[in-house]
Amino acid sequence: MSSSVEEPLDLIRLSLDERIHVKCRGERELRGKLHSYDQHLNMVLGDVEETVTTVEVDEDTYEEIVRTSKRSIEMLFVRGDVVILVSPPVRTT
Amino acid sequence: MLFYSFFKTLVGKEIAVELKNDVALTGTLHSVDQYLNVKLTDVQVVDAERYPQLGAIKNCFIRGSVVRYIQIPSADVDTELLQDACRKESAQGK
Repeated sequence: MSSSVEEPLDLIRLSLDERIHVKCRGERELRGKLHSYDQHLNMVLGDVEETVTTVEVDEDTYEEIVRTSKRSIEMLFVRGDVVILVSPPVRTT
Repeated sequence: MLFYSFFKTLVGKEIAVELKNDVALTGTLHSVDQYLNVKLTDVQVVDAERYPQLGAIKNCFIRGSVVRYIQIPSADVDTELLQDACRKESAQGK
């Protein structure tokens, strides 16, 4: 019963204790181990790598300059309202 | 209620709160409520030169809805307990 997938959140439950990818508002992406979540998609992730992407337009050439900055965080609570999508790890089964 | 209980176990610990307007504050977690509003004491503003108006803040209340992230000292988290609590809450049909 506990391993069946009936509603979307069940897919996230199966990702507990696995590394997941979370896309957040503000061009932020997180990769980390899912320790906990709730119905709002508040989450606690461990060993997180955050990637922030910024796009700047060059004043003269109007070229778009894409910059990414990364940082690592040991343990992070993420508020659910900034979450856009959650992607579970690739499974072979 | 899962994260409310979780943050209650972190009262007295040093946390870093990052807000949706990119301001980051560190401080001691004084209290938390059901909306995940938090009260911090001994507040320090990260990148204080950029926010001189916040320099004088010693204690503060932060509305839960403006929080983006909260960084937690990983030594204070029992991840197995947290996962079990999460599975229990999802089994309750939430």
